[in-house]
Amino acid sequence: MSPLDLLVAAPLAFMVASLVVGRGGRWLILAASPAMLALSAWLVALPPDAAHLVGDWELPLGILLRADGVARLLVPATSLCFVAVGLYAWHEFSPKSGRETARAHTFWPLLYLMWGGSNAGYLTTDLFNLYVTIEMVSLAAVAMAAMGSLAAGLQYFLIALVGSLAYLLGVALLAAHYDTVDATLLAIHARPDLPTLLAITVMTAGLLVKTALFPLHGWLPPAHAAAPAPASALLSAVVVKLGFVIILRLWFEAFAEVVRPAAMHLLGGMGALAILYGSIQAIRQERLKSLVAYSTVAQLGYLFLAFPLISNAPNPAEPWAAVLVHAVAHMLAKAAMFLAAGLMLKAVAGERISDLAGLARAMPLSVTAFALAAISLTGLPPSGGFTAKFLLLHAAIEQGSVVYAAVLVIGGLLGAVYLFRPLSVACSGSAAPVVKAEAPLRVAAPLALAALAVALGFAGMMLIELSSLSAPPAAAGPLPAEPGR
Amino acid sequence: MTSAFELILCLMILGTACVALFMRDFLAAVAFFVVFGNLMGLAWLTLGAVNVALAEIAIGAGVTGVLLVLSRSRLLALGEEISCGPAKPWLRLGAAAACSVFTAVLAAAVLSIAPDDGLAPVIDGLMPLIGVENPVTGVLLAFRAYDTLLESFVLLGALVAIWSLAAPAAWPRAPAALRMTDPAALNVAGSFGRLLLPVALVMAAYLVWVGSDDPGGAFQGGTVLAGGFLFAAMGGAIGLPRSDNSALRWSLVAGPLVFLAIGLAGAALGRFLAYPEGTAKALIVTIEYSLALSIGVTLALLVAGPPATTETGL
Repeated sequence: MSPLDLLVAAPLAFMVASLVVGRGGRWLILAASPAMLALSAWLVALPPDAAHLVGDWELPLGILLRADGVARLLVPATSLCFVAVGLYAWHEFSPKSGRETARAHTFWPLLYLMWGGSNAGYLTTDLFNLYVTIEMVSLAAVAMAAMGSLAAGLQYFLIALVGSLAYLLGVALLAAHYDTVDATLLAIHARPDLPTLLAITVMTAGLLVKTALFPLHGWLPPAHAAAPAPASALLSAVVVKLGFVIILRLWFEAFAEVVRPAAMHLLGGMGALAILYGSIQAIRQERLKSLVAYSTVAQLGYLFLAFPLISNAPNPAEPWAAVLVHAVAHMLAKAAMFLAAGLMLKAVAGERISDLAGLARAMPLSVTAFALAAISLTGLPPSGGFTAKFLLLHAAIEQGSVVYAAVLVIGGLLGAVYLFRPLSVACSGSAAPVVKAEAPLRVAAPLALAALAVALGFAGMMLIELSSLSAPPAAAGPLPAEPGR
Repeated sequence: MTSAFELILCLMILGTACVALFMRDFLAAVAFFVVFGNLMGLAWLTLGAVNVALAEIAIGAGVTGVLLVLSRSRLLALGEEISCGPAKPWLRLGAAAACSVFTAVLAAAVLSIAPDDGLAPVIDGLMPLIGVENPVTGVLLAFRAYDTLLESFVLLGALVAIWSLAAPAAWPRAPAALRMTDPAALNVAGSFGRLLLPVALVMAAYLVWVGSDDPGGAFQGGTVLAGGFLFAAMGGAIGLPRSDNSALRWSLVAGPLVFLAIGLAGAALGRFLAYPEGTAKALIVTIEYSLALSIGVTLALLVAGPPATTETGL
């Protein structure tokens, strides 16, 4: 038995159980939460080179699972998000006698499918296996998005489908060309020829659509803003990260020797534009959940802004750690923010930012959760967001990349502008609106996530050490000469 | 002779595709699409890809055709107009140009890959270890069983996703009946469905069984089973189940559950999804039969759609 298998098998077993149990399916989260957190802890504690082949079938045919730095950071963070969201949703998606709805029954199997799919994606090195995990996550995500708005869900579905097919086309090309789709083997054999470059291009394009990097972000704000709060939290925190991680594996592992610096700067430039565009759009939003959704567009930009910083760095370990810490911090903070926003909007029975007036007095804990999440998202110290953005800024200045450094600073300022607007409205007004008290579990879930996002700022060294397990090697001397380089 | 057949086949594929694209009448376009799918299946057969041919004909032509016809009748029932307006010329030209350029680049990339045996030698070397003869089954159920396991959960998830679209008042009722409303059509479909369902059951069981050594297997068997269920439901020979029916729930999860349990048993004995020596074939056949059942039921219900309040038929 190994957590590499169980982290995937356990959520799938819970999915089956929730389908068989039916009405009582929501209770399973009480068993799934401790089990999955324990498995995640076990994964982190594995020896550094832990890896094995599924069914003991050797490469190039078999599938390799391994616990690298990416997995050790993102699997526990994902589990924390799912646990918090699950406990929060426990009240919301409960079949009350007499008015059972499809949603209360189907949310739970979909949650476990997404959970198993994300974990499987972080743990595998096989590009076709990754395609299957994308399908698991996308399918559940589309259904959850459709719970809020059928139109946004349908749009998301079509776009996710195009992205999947583009990725699959690339996998097919690679399989025909190299007779393997394992990232560790491709890292040895990949050559910069037409099939390989076409494969990287279509795979990256397909994944960028799913990750909603500017200018391919159009589907994200309507889908994420309309969904019920627990679904929005999962869509914004967890779902978009899988596409990003696969791009990371393609660009820095499988094809590290093939991709050119210009391509790195293309992604970095798109990331920079995403930060600016997403932030400005977030400032312009009148509805709270749209603001949080555009904030996701902006924050995803940081993940890609890091690409040229990692590839240019003399010692890539630092920006590499930064991007992973940012992914983790954004996961926790964004899930917390959507959950807190859900509580706040439900309390005032509105959806506009102006509806929140005086809410800080009526529901101080939820507003605190929102504020803590905002601290990490804007990158104020001490928080996970600060550690990540500080490391990125440090790398940018060290490499003399003035443009990227400027975008990082401006992005932080714009983030403060759009995130403190709802907070200042909530703290304004003299009269506290009368709100119905929420269940303690629902208040605690976003608060715990946001507190963790801030607490990450104190665990910087541990996170950097974990992430270094998969960092691209430091450039030791000149790179091997290659045609066209 | 062979090249003449292939040439005619290619022309027919292109011809039916064009007719399906440019036909104004929806039903006629669907008919040509189904013919197109069957011809594609033939093309796969000529290329020696029997499993792809089976999938193309069953899913690409059969199930998709049924879905398109169902969409038409449901849109008609809603009073929607079913015809696409004329697309803007520049949009057509732009799409044609973009697709042509992409196809050219793709063709150049594919043709530049040196043809070789691929992984076939590796697979042939491993086949004796699992005691089945069909390399496709070997890949799907042994060497890459992990992919197949996860895919079986994707299919299950797809049905759950469709169920999640049910209106609050409709849960947990049965999907809208597939029964034909026209008495004459119902009469024909009814006797046909009653005849076809037992045949489909036997054929599915056979396809799964031969799948270990010849083309066939859980997916093909499941598809045939789904076809039998659908015809029987259209003819009114069987009704559709409520979504909270526990027998239904168990048959939906049977395949993924058995697969996962065998995988975990392997993990307890050594390695996840590894089959102990000498048991591989028995375990593979067990997994395939339970998967075929779940795939058949799931596919049929995917076509039927989410639980509905209305009782309208075709």
